[in-house]
Amino acid sequence: MQRIGVFICHCGTNIAGTVDVKAVAEALSHEQGVVFSTDYQYMCSESGQQLMREAIREHKLTGIVVGSCSPRMHEATFRKAAAAEGLNSYMVEIANLREHVSWIHKDMKEATEKAIILGRAAIAKVHLNAPLQAGESPVTKRALVIGGGIAGIQTALDIAEAGFEVDIVEKSPTIGGKMAQLDKTFPTLDCAACILTPKMVDAAQNEKITIYAYSEIEAVKGYVGNFKAQIRRKARYVDETKCTGCGLCTEKCPQKKVPNEFNMGMDTRRAIYIPFAQAVPKVATIDATYCTMLKTGKCGVCSKICGTGAIDYTQKDEIIEREYGAIVAATGFNPIDAKVYGEYGYGTCPDVVTSLELERLMNAAGPTNGTLLRPSDKAHPHKIVFVQCVGSRCTETDERGKPYCSKICCMYTAKHAMLIREKYPDTEVYVFYIDVRTPGKNFDEFYRRAVEQYGVHYIKGMVGKVTQNGTQLRVQASDLLAGEQLHIDADLVVLATAIEPDKTARSIGTMLTASMDTNDFFTEAHPKLRPVESPTAGIFLSGVCQGPKDIPETVSQASACAAKVIGVLAKDKLTCNPCVASSDEMLCNGCSSCEKVCPYGAITYSDKEFRGPNRTTLIRRVASVNPAVCQGCGACTVACPSGAMDLKGFTNKQIMAEVDAICK
Amino acid sequence: MQVNGYTPKIVAFCCNWCSYAGADGAGSARLSYPENVKIIRVPCSCRVNPMFILRAFQRGADGVIIAGCHPGDCHYTSGNYFTRRRMALLFSMLDYLGIERERTRVEWISAAEGAKFSKTMNEFCDTVAALGENKRLEDLRCKQ
Repeated sequence: MQRIGVFICHCGTNIAGTVDVKAVAEALSHEQGVVFSTDYQYMCSESGQQLMREAIREHKLTGIVVGSCSPRMHEATFRKAAAAEGLNSYMVEIANLREHVSWIHKDMKEATEKAIILGRAAIAKVHLNAPLQAGESPVTKRALVIGGGIAGIQTALDIAEAGFEVDIVEKSPTIGGKMAQLDKTFPTLDCAACILTPKMVDAAQNEKITIYAYSEIEAVKGYVGNFKAQIRRKARYVDETKCTGCGLCTEKCPQKKVPNEFNMGMDTRRAIYIPFAQAVPKVATIDATYCTMLKTGKCGVCSKICGTGAIDYTQKDEIIEREYGAIVAATGFNPIDAKVYGEYGYGTCPDVVTSLELERLMNAAGPTNGTLLRPSDKAHPHKIVFVQCVGSRCTETDERGKPYCSKICCMYTAKHAMLIREKYPDTEVYVFYIDVRTPGKNFDEFYRRAVEQYGVHYIKGMVGKVTQNGTQLRVQASDLLAGEQLHIDADLVVLATAIEPDKTARSIGTMLTASMDTNDFFTEAHPKLRPVESPTAGIFLSGVCQGPKDIPETVSQASACAAKVIGVLAKDKLTCNPCVASSDEMLCNGCSSCEKVCPYGAITYSDKEFRGPNRTTLIRRVASVNPAVCQGCGACTVACPSGAMDLKGFTNKQIMAEVDAICK
Repeated sequence: MQVNGYTPKIVAFCCNWCSYAGADGAGSARLSYPENVKIIRVPCSCRVNPMFILRAFQRGADGVIIAGCHPGDCHYTSGNYFTRRRMALLFSMLDYLGIERERTRVEWISAAEGAKFSKTMNEFCDTVAALGENKRLEDLRCKQ
């Protein structure tokens, strides 16, 4: 018989405001096995934990029920407090009285009744709890970073700095990500390449870092400390070890009409190419969809010209397998396709561009060598209109856009406007905005400089329509503050398109079994307290894959993420989840049903000797679970026809007891 | 919530990784649903043994809902697929036994979908309340 202590938390007024905590503690004190029941202002506080520890000592408690916030919040806290007093951590159960009761219900009577019932269910469960011992598993001291943008690079550099090996897997031919495409960065206006490329080189030269560029994650198995990942090294048709990056082949290739994705398709590249001058690794790649040799077998110019014999048309995709202790998702973002907003003329009017395209148009290494020329007639634009929030902050009914604020657009638009006014003072710049959002160090000062010093015309209002009007663009908009309709004949229109998680994020999230939100951003373990971890142990989040952020924020999150990864890799052993399946060999009939449903291959069968009737020995085939591999989903417990398989911490009897208590 | 003098009892089995967190999300956003819904935390929707559901109806539950991760998003890769198949069988059997199809439900609710959690529970409560009390499987021996 358990001796149970019940502790009901007020959580200030969070719980006590809607639940009569005293009545709950009183009602639960009459439950079978409860020897102590009390309520307290803040159970999670030092004094609250002390109260629990004293009660364990004084009343010789064997089981604890805490009526408090969600177990996802403070279960670990209370388990630790119990363990400090010598009680097994797994003798603690939480009744969720905040998120599931007081914050949901308004009527005190009903909320109190529900709280009592949830308390009863927790008590019923604790009666059947058994002490559990966590096992240990080894840690592979190597990390995998998926994505080689600034987030991935920074995380990898920081992990390597601590002395651990890191692999970066990047799907494009070079690392660098979106930041490599940018011209200048706010709020300091230093050039993106000048601050990014040294980091790319650092990553390449660091002996602890291995870069698998032009590679994709194929499959991930395992659990924290012991992941196994398959990496597809896509065929470049160029031997990375022989190519010196001289670029001769990229000049001689006769296939000249391939849209250059690095310049947002605004110019062309060859079928064999190096994305940009500072690419890392600086190795040529053959684009198989355009290469004449690979398509028809008739060309071979690059192979003839290559001095080192690096071209290999027979190269095939290669799949390699590596083991990791921790995995970082740094999958980044893409701007949404502005074509869905037909009213802005993107895709039909050549002089309507997105901000990332403008970034390339202003970049010295871009298609116009840094001179701002509009795409249609290569003329210098004299009147430019910027449209903010294209696809950001949309209402639920607008299926084309995103409900969230993309966060970076206000600042980069201010930057573009400022740079244009600086370089071409004869240009008039208009910015149409809903709100200007510039929180961040030196951000608002930056925006105000654009308005006050550079004379950029900021107009509150949305653009309704952009149409081609001769060589110009007719912009129809409303000025909300003046309350009037505006018509501006512009030479160039720039759309600040919303950003969305990279298309591969969803499939990578599925492989990592990391949860994602409805917008395909990775969800963090706790929005405030654990922002760089996924709820799945051993998976960490770096950069925009978790939510929109600018470069300073991305870099800080990347470093934070590295610190968390180092925390895992620095350990020699990790404690396993003790809530795993176990089989009762006396009931098991060796049918293999459980083995078939186990996603981890944790169940094996072996012949064991059992005592039979009349001193005979029986040999029976029975299942056994490897507790280090089992993750505790419980699929096998339901598949087992003889009821031999059960899940520790969530046993059949425990859950039935909860059902009974709730339905009583 | 009381309908015609009876208070529907609803048991919700929620996956720890998604729907339970979704319910927490509903709480944080103060999105209310009837107090008739009582949540039992399970590690995965596939941990829900048909026995638990039968037991709930036996003990006088009026509706049972199982909430798990969206197909393809299971924390344990494949658990929710088992749930989907098992419950399809169980629910049709229960229907045959006289437990209306509307009293049982499987729903996919992610950790980020607090609003969906609240909406689903509101709808489910209304549906169950409209059906009235469940007497079909009730074990009278359990009534004291």
